[in-house]
Amino acid sequence: MLEQASKATTATSLKKGLQRRRRLGEKFIESWIFLAGVLTIVVLLGIIALLLKEGLPIFLDTPPWEFFFGTKWYPVSEPPTFGIMPFFVATLWVTLVATAISVPIGVACAAYLAEVAPAKVRETVKPIIEILAGVPSVVMGFIGLMLLSPLVQSAFNLNTGLSGLTAGIMLSLMSLPIIISVSEDALRAVPDDFRQAAYALGATRWETIRHVSIPGALSGVTAAIMLGVGRAIGETMTVLMVAGGALAVPVSPTEPMMPMTAAIASGIGNAVRGGLQYQSLFAIGLILFVVTLAVNLVADRVLERQKRKFSR
Amino acid sequence: MKAGAISKRQLSQRTAFSLLIIATIIVIVPVLVIVLQIIINGASAISWEFLSQAPSQAGKAGGILPAIVGTFYLMLGTIVFALPLGVMAGIYLTEYAKENWFTRSINLAIINLAGVPSIVYGLFGLGVFVLFFHFGMSLLSASLTLACQALAMTVTTSREAILAVPREYREGSLAVGATRWQTIRYLVLPQALPGIITGAVLAMSRAAGETAPILVVGAAFFLPGLPQSPFDQFMALPYHLYTVAAHVPGMPKSTVWGVALVLLVVALSFNVLATIIRLRARQAEA
Repeated sequence: MLEQASKATTATSLKKGLQRRRRLGEKFIESWIFLAGVLTIVVLLGIIALLLKEGLPIFLDTPPWEFFFGTKWYPVSEPPTFGIMPFFVATLWVTLVATAISVPIGVACAAYLAEVAPAKVRETVKPIIEILAGVPSVVMGFIGLMLLSPLVQSAFNLNTGLSGLTAGIMLSLMSLPIIISVSEDALRAVPDDFRQAAYALGATRWETIRHVSIPGALSGVTAAIMLGVGRAIGETMTVLMVAGGALAVPVSPTEPMMPMTAAIASGIGNAVRGGLQYQSLFAIGLILFVVTLAVNLVADRVLERQKRKFSR
Repeated sequence: MKAGAISKRQLSQRTAFSLLIIATIIVIVPVLVIVLQIIINGASAISWEFLSQAPSQAGKAGGILPAIVGTFYLMLGTIVFALPLGVMAGIYLTEYAKENWFTRSINLAIINLAGVPSIVYGLFGLGVFVLFFHFGMSLLSASLTLACQALAMTVTTSREAILAVPREYREGSLAVGATRWQTIRYLVLPQALPGIITGAVLAMSRAAGETAPILVVGAAFFLPGLPQSPFDQFMALPYHLYTVAAHVPGMPKSTVWGVALVLLVVALSFNVLATIIRLRARQAEA
């Protein structure tokens, strides 16, 4: 009797020990899972910290006013001057050209795919757009260099086909996939009852799209456009290869120019670590980071609102 | 009068629809032109020597084997870091995280990480991995940099895939006495696997084509041999294309197109692979 009882207790204690060990193992894994979640924040904060640490010291040498509004970028002359106005204006031009082309075409294409196209056409077009999204940016730059820049040069009678315009056209192609897919999702989210109601009132399909679907999806389309703009601002290789790389403040999009991303990419290889040029390039990175961050945050907010709009 | 009004409305519909179709054609045509041009112009450069030999005479002769191998190493290195971390973070967000400020800040961080320009990741990699950790201009630094960039994607796709697993499965598993981790390990993860793998393959496709970050953290234009350790410098297809297209004068045209073709095939084949996995999984469900 006594023996049996002691056996039973050993069995339960053994079982408990096993359980405890398993629990410990699980706790171990679960703490790693928690750390992986934390890591995403660490990376983001790390990026911010690094850009601040390496970029801010430039303002000890060049006051922010001169840095932002200076029109001369001579990093290796004596004394060096760091004015990023040429890069800033170049980014503006290139983004403007890209947006002007990609927004109307992208939204129209999305409206066609979501509202008009037969299923078969949609199934053929969507993979093609996915291919476009999958083409590496350096390949787009290469295509701009080989195929588009000669066309632009002869069409506008320019000295060189490498210009902000050429870069902007290539960038518009690269922003299209995100604009189309996000706009299409937004249009699809508009409930079908709305369309049926419009038809019942005698509206044609186009009138329904124009006055019901597009207004209903407006915030989603806005978010799509912002994401496309963010993409164009941050794109590096294409503008590095086809924008021309001139250092003057560009007054027209047909001039060669160097957007901010290209300025970092082309300068960082020669910059001495911790030197003034190195710091100024990190400061440009900081500006890029802040701008794209703002664009993405606002786009995300707008998208959330769109999602809530029709969820019942 | 009334009939006229209707036909006017129909006319405007017809005009509008044709404009929408034209817009769609404007999107499609450049894609076809790009892909076809690269295939037509690049095909003549492709030969066994081109794919299996090291370059000579500053890339003008010989092949691009070190660049191909370097790109595959880079894809592998990226996914080795980004996938486990992404899946774990995805598990945390779906299975453990409570609705509080901490979870919200993780989600916010992911959204922001996805939008950071690639060149900024390059600066981050240069400052942290190359200089601070002293990994130097190496395969390891580049992989870690690209992994940071891929993280947002692997977390998001894992989270979506795990969220798609029905709640009832988990409740059933917990009801028969499985622990939380056992439920995740033996039930949720196997179900979510196709979605997770799709995301991983897409992340690898991106890593294959990414140029700006590895330009900053130090891809080499010319190396006689293959990298022997993670701390070695490396060649990569996108960086090779950038240099031969923009920086080497007198480069034979067909060679440049050939490099573009190989890069495009590598990047797009992984895209196609992801699509196939997704379709397979959907069929298996149905």
